[in-house]
Order: sequence, then C-alpha cells, then structure tokens
Amino acid sequence: MSESKASAKKRTRKQLPAPSEWNFELIDEYHKEIRRVAESFGLDTYPNQIELITAEQMMDAYASVGMPVNYSHWSFGKQFISTEKGYRRGQMGLAYEIVINSNPCISYLMEENTMTMQALVIAHAAYGHNSFFKGNYLFRAWTNADAIIDYLIFAKNFLAECEERYGEEAVELLLDSCHALMSVGVDRYKRPPKLSLEKEKMRQKEREDYLQSQVNDLWRTLPSQEAKASQAVERRFPSEPEENLLYFIEKSAPLLEPWQREVVRIVRKVSQYFFPQRQTQVMNEGWATYWHYTILNTMYDEGLLADSVMLEFLHSHTSVVMQPPYNVPWHRGINPYALGFAMWTDIRRICEEPTEEDRRWFPEIAGSNWRETFDFAMRNFKDESFIAQFLSPKVIRDFRLFAITDDDDETRLKVAAIHDDAGYQRIREILSEQYNIGSKEPNIQVWNVDVRGDRSLTLRHQSFKRRPLAASADEMLKHVARLWGFSVRLETVDDDGNVQRTRECRMETRAAMPTLI
Amino acid sequence: MVRIIDRRSDSRNKSAVNRQRFMRRFKGQIRKAVADAIDGRSIKDLDNGESVTIPSKDLSEPHFHHGDGGVWDQVYSGNDQFAQGDEISRPLGGGSGGGGKGASEDGESEDEFGFQLSREEFLDVFFDDLALPNLIKTQLAKIPEYKSHRAGFASDGVPTNLNLVRSMRSALGRRLALSGPHSARLRELHAEIEELEAQTPRDDEAIRLLKEEARLLRIKIEAIPFLDTFDLRYNNRVRTPVPSTQAVMFCLMDVSGSMDEEKKATAKRFFMLLYLFLTRTYEHIEVVFIRHHTVAKEVDEENFFHSRESGGTVVSSALDMMRDIVQERYASGQWNIYGAQASDGDNWENDSPRCKELLSQAILPFMQFFAYIEITPGEPQNLWREYEKLVGAHGNFAMQRIEKYADIYPVFRELFKKTLV
Repeated sequence: MSESKASAKKRTRKQLPAPSEWNFELIDEYHKEIRRVAESFGLDTYPNQIELITAEQMMDAYASVGMPVNYSHWSFGKQFISTEKGYRRGQMGLAYEIVINSNPCISYLMEENTMTMQALVIAHAAYGHNSFFKGNYLFRAWTNADAIIDYLIFAKNFLAECEERYGEEAVELLLDSCHALMSVGVDRYKRPPKLSLEKEKMRQKEREDYLQSQVNDLWRTLPSQEAKASQAVERRFPSEPEENLLYFIEKSAPLLEPWQREVVRIVRKVSQYFFPQRQTQVMNEGWATYWHYTILNTMYDEGLLADSVMLEFLHSHTSVVMQPPYNVPWHRGINPYALGFAMWTDIRRICEEPTEEDRRWFPEIAGSNWRETFDFAMRNFKDESFIAQFLSPKVIRDFRLFAITDDDDETRLKVAAIHDDAGYQRIREILSEQYNIGSKEPNIQVWNVDVRGDRSLTLRHQSFKRRPLAASADEMLKHVARLWGFSVRLETVDDDGNVQRTRECRMETRAAMPTLI
Repeated sequence: MVRIIDRRSDSRNKSAVNRQRFMRRFKGQIRKAVADAIDGRSIKDLDNGESVTIPSKDLSEPHFHHGDGGVWDQVYSGNDQFAQGDEISRPLGGGSGGGGKGASEDGESEDEFGFQLSREEFLDVFFDDLALPNLIKTQLAKIPEYKSHRAGFASDGVPTNLNLVRSMRSALGRRLALSGPHSARLRELHAEIEELEAQTPRDDEAIRLLKEEARLLRIKIEAIPFLDTFDLRYNNRVRTPVPSTQAVMFCLMDVSGSMDEEKKATAKRFFMLLYLFLTRTYEHIEVVFIRHHTVAKEVDEENFFHSRESGGTVVSSALDMMRDIVQERYASGQWNIYGAQASDGDNWENDSPRCKELLSQAILPFMQFFAYIEITPGEPQNLWREYEKLVGAHGNFAMQRIEKYADIYPVFRELFKKTLV
C-alpha cells in the first residue's frame, strides 16, 4: 500500500548516503530520520541505547538468554558451544540484532550488518519492539524495565557469593532443578494488588509470622494433636491449588536454607520476566516488522533512501516474512513474523479501506482511525486473544490456512477446517488455542502436602484432550523432590476428575539437599 | 535521546566461565571422548585441539511437556488440495505427530552433541589421566618461547620499526632516478640560454621559449614527491624458537602375542608423553619406531601400534637394531637421542643378560635418556631383574612397572630432574 502512495508523493528531502559499510556518523544520521518518522506515527518508546557488537559478543548474548549480564551456569556454556559450532560451520546465521526490554531499551547491532541492515534493525528493534515493550499490558504488568539490569547484576553477584560460600556444585544442582521448573514457575494471573502503605506494613508483619508458621506447620507433628488432626483431615495445604511451582517451593519448602529460597526466587523472577515474550511472539514480531517496513518505506517516499538501499531492504524483509507452505521440507509451522506482519497490515487495511466482509466481521474497527486501533490492539492483547480478535478471513485466505485434527484414537487425520466461510471461525479458534500457553504446556499444579504424614508433596496434572506427559516427567519429579526435600507424587487427572496415573519420586532419607543426586 | 555505543572492544570471552562449567560438569564424558581420540591420533599430534562428541541425552535439560498422543488441533498454511472433512493417512515416520515437537525446539534433535576442545583443554584432560603434578603440566603446556633477531630490512612493517636512514636513502635514489632525464635536459637548456644570450642578446623570442621550457621542467622535478610510501624501509625481525636443537626419539615395543591392545594403549600414552616432553625442549624431533618379537623391524607408526604378531620374544634384536640405526644416522653428535622401550617383560631367558650388556655398553653412553616400562600386572620378569642392575650405574636410565595410566608419570621424574629444574 505504501508503495502505491510512494509514487504520488513528492520526494523532498536530501538523500542519505548509501555506502554498504556503516560508520557511527551514518548510524546517527539514519537514526535521527528513523526517530523522526517513528515519532510522526506516534510511537511511544523508552529512550534508546544502541550498542554495536561483534559476532562473538552476539554469541555471548545468545548464551545468556539475550541479557547483557547473567549468572554463570553450565547450560549457558552448552548454549554458547552449540551456537558457536553452528555459526563456525556456517549452518546458522546469527540474528541481526537483539533487543532488551529495559529502560533505556538496549539494542545490540551486529558489526557485520551493512548500513541498510543497521537501518532496518534500528527501525525494527529500537522503535518497533521498544514501543511494544513500553505499551503492551503484559510487559507493563509483569516486567520492570527500569530494574531488570540491576536485578540481574544483583542475581549474578548473589549467586557468585553463594558459590563461594556453599560450593559451586551445591549452587549448580539447585539451579539445575530451578531451571527445570522455569516453565511452571510463572504467575499467569496477577496476585491481588498492593494495599495501602499502612496495611501493607501490617501485612508484612503478619506475613512474616504466617510464613514462619507455614514452615513450622510442616514440622509440627506432635502426637497430642491427633485429636485436632481428625477434624482437619479434609483440609488441604495449600488450600487452593498453586500453579506456580517455584513460588510455592520458595515460600513453603520446609528444608530450604534462606539462600536457597533466594536462588529459587531469582530463577522465578527471570522466568516471569520472559513470560510476556513467550506470549506475544506473533504480535510483537509482527508489530516490529510492520514498523520497520512502514518507517523505511516512508523514508523512501520522502526521498531519503537510495534505490539500492531500498532493494536490499526489501530483499531482507521479504525473506523474513516468507511463509513456506505445509508441504515443503523447510516448513516449520506458522512463521510468527509472517503472520504478525500480515495481521497488522490487514488491520490497517480494514480501518482504511474496509470491504463489506470486514464490516460484518469487524464492525468496531472497520473504517476507524488506524493509529488508534493499532494502539488499542498493541496495548491490550496477547497472541491468543489477538488472533481470536483480529485474524481476518482475508489473512486466512492469503495464507490458505487449514486445520488438521490429530486424534490418536482415529487411524486417520482429519481436516477440521479450511479457508472458506464455514471454516474461518474454526481456524481462528484453533490457531488462537495454539498460541495459548495454558494449553500448549501441560497444566501442572501443587495439589496437596501431606502435612501430618510424610510431608510428601502431591502435584496434579490436569490432562487436556487426553494429551499425556512426556517421559521427561519422571526426571522432572526428581528435580521437584530435590527442592522439596521429601517425596513427590504426580497425579494425572482426566476430564472427569478421576486420577488416572500416578508417578512418584520417593525420598527415603532426609539428607541435606545437594547429596541427593 | 539516543546513545550509540561501540562495544566491540569490550571484554571478550564473557562465556568462558560458562564454558568451563560445562566442561567440568561433563568431565566424565569428555574424558572418555579424549581417550578415544588419543587412540586414533599419531603420537606426534598432541598439540592440537580435538572435536569431541558426547551423547545428547546426558546433557538434556528436562521440562514438563506433552508427549505424543491425545487430541491435537494444528493449523498449517498453504492448503492446496484439502476440503473440510477430508481424511488423510498419518505421515509415515510420525514426523508431524502433534505439538509435542514444539517443546524441544531449543536444540538440534541429534543424538550427539559435538564441539571443539581447544589445545589447552585437550592437554588438560590428557594430563589429568596421567596424574601429572601441576608444575609439570604448566611446563609442558607452555608454548615454546621465541627470540626475535634482526634480519635486514623489509618494505613493510609497523611505524615503530621504521628505519629513517634507509628510507631517506631510497627516497633520494628514487628522486634522482625520476628527475634524471629532466635535470639533464635542464642543464642543456641553461647552457643554450647562456649561449644565445651571449650571441644575440636582443633575440627575445627564442630565449623566452627556452626559459619557458626550463620553468616547466623545474615544476616537473619539484612534483616528484620527497618521500613516497614506496621508499619506506623497516627494520625486519624474525622470530626463532629457543632452544633450537634436534632430537631423535626411539620407540621400542614388544609386539609378541602377549601384548594385547590394552597394553599397547598404555604404551602409546607413554610414548606420547615422552614426545610431548621432548617437543618442549627441542625444535625438531624425529621418531623411529622399532617393533620386535624374535626379530626386530623398523616400521611406520600405523604398523607400530596396530599390527599384531605372535611368537617368542628376543628383546636384544630391537636393541641391536637401535644401536645400528644410531650409528648409521644419528652419530654426528648433533642429535640428542632418547629411547623408550615398552614390553610386558617376557623375554627369552638367555637373552636378558645380553640386553643389559647392549644397553650399558653400546647404547646408554650415547643417550640423553632411556626409559623402560614393563606393562604387567604380575610378578617382574627376568628382563626387569637384569635391567634393575643398570639403575644405579647409569643416571640416564629409568624404569617403571605400569598397571594403570597414572603409573606412567614417575618414569619421567628422572627426566625432569635433569632437564627441567
């Protein structure tokens, strides 16, 4: 679309130099223009910090989950080695850029990039992703952009201190177990909001007492309480199932030392920090791709970019948003860049040039102001709800999406829906569900602690559409048991609430944690 | 506000510590991989890194995720033939079986995790097996030192090495050469002008033309650069390793039927270690392999370690051969001669005294060092008893019985006392 207008617009500005090699002055010059255009579209961002790094530093960044600092652990070394191997052999290119959700927002640009690529990634990361980080509700609610770097520095130092005091191995084993539980170590819903200061202070005192009493409770097994125990036999602990295993362990595991609780907390915080990114892949990448495309096209229309720059840019852009069909060997599912870019582009089309079909499907946004609609959509959705709300029949047709049902009771696969009137709604639902982390990952919650018996912990896996747990579950129970300190059971419950299968990891001894494995 | 920061010169190797952790964590697997690598290597080939593989399952990081089974709905793109309600047979090989695959996307799904060990890391593991003391490890692992010598002049180099006199001299030469024809013509012109002026002082036109030509020539001469990059000369320095001497190492091994593969692997480590010690001291090393049963034969490395013979054992045959080779090829006195003999101790009874004689009379006097290892779990054999008599008399002889790899090192203690302290 912006191309069609391109020819109409008059090229007014002086063209920027277009060598393939970048230098700092040029980056500054390009950035100024990119910022001007981004601001004219009303993108609200954190201040930017652009850092130029080498390939080796990029691999370092890969290895520390993209963060500039992180604590030490062998798994990061493994990641580094495999990245390095892939890169050295030329099997894998490195990303052009990494962007960190922090304030100021840090973008790492690779030194190998050409000037055009630097312009692309500045528009993509420093304005696309950056504005998404600042605006989207998940990031606002769950991440603290101002504090993350400081927190990681704290974590790194704290863990280094622990290693010094308690030995590298003890810390490493603890981290292994915590890392294993990372995916079930996040809050999916906000805990009740903070109360007023005074109440908060009061509650803090209470909480201290309460936490202490919780821990003690597990130990209080005096025989004289038997009478009371029979009354309380129905009471479970925790009284409500807890979905955040790391949180539960941090607060309630009876044998953990204070420093171990802090380590659990650190891993939990890091996991929580990345949780929004896992839920907004399509939206976030699509948004950033849409904006680098729009910003650079606008600059071209203004006469700022040379044709050579534009051609190189379009080449990269089109390879990023390519969606291979299902029947080619390099098909890797839906490409989030492609889907996201198509959806955002289509939302603008619906706003500006709605068809009769759009008016039927999107009565609220058809013909509305596209900037306002964009802002609303970017702020208030995640992949799951974004697709459920905005995936239009046109995008479904363009991608020729179809849904397959794979039921292991049936001998054959079934085509559930295709891109026709009967199927649009169904495809939308299925695709939305596909991005729902709640159904993508097994639902495992803390169910009960045998407070008066052997203090064993019972987890419940609520099975969904009969999907079983992978074999790694047995290994996982060992990790949970290592943290909990006593036996751990995992019950799989079917849709009717019947326990189907129980796995168990028994702990006979009460030896101190690190010696267990 | 934007800040543009150049981080490229910031600390490298940020992941070094994580890499170390990884190595420590999987020490067992890496050690096994290194042991395999050693078996496949030449004994001269210790100074390189190695690519090792360890089974992926050993280093998996588990998570809760779904396995295959149950009901999965999945959206794909690029529909070209399906209509709603169509039924398709499952793809063979279970490739696309549901969303369970998505969960393990973090790594490649190969069975092996391979990576490159650096030279240091490789040696570290190698030394670890041999139970070397730390001091020795560092001495062995160090890169040989180089000394730089002057070696004339070069036309490129770093500015600090610029040789001013030479540069100016070649600049002068170049200027002379380039301006030569012009200067000659200029002199001619001056002479002509003088002549004309003397003859016909009034003839302005001819003189003016000549003067004009002279002016142009002077401009041309001045346009020749005073100093060109082409003129620059730099002091040249070459690096030569110190000390730079040569050595020959004899590897003698019994390949009679009683030496099995395991004993040969032990012997191989022994030879490797000796070689490594020698590389630290000598720039150029030759290795001679002699294997023997009842007769000795000089062979290449491949045959030395991997072919197998049977029959009796006459150790002296190898010593005879070694003596002959020394006299033939290495007698000039410019060679440092080392010998290492590995055997399981079995020898023809009457031959052992002869071996002792050969060593003490004809071989040891020419040797820097001779080491004998007996790889046997049992009682010492007759060869051992004969050789024991040599230990006191000859300072350059060491012997050791070996059951496991860690026993190899003490043989070298003698050697260090002499050369490395």
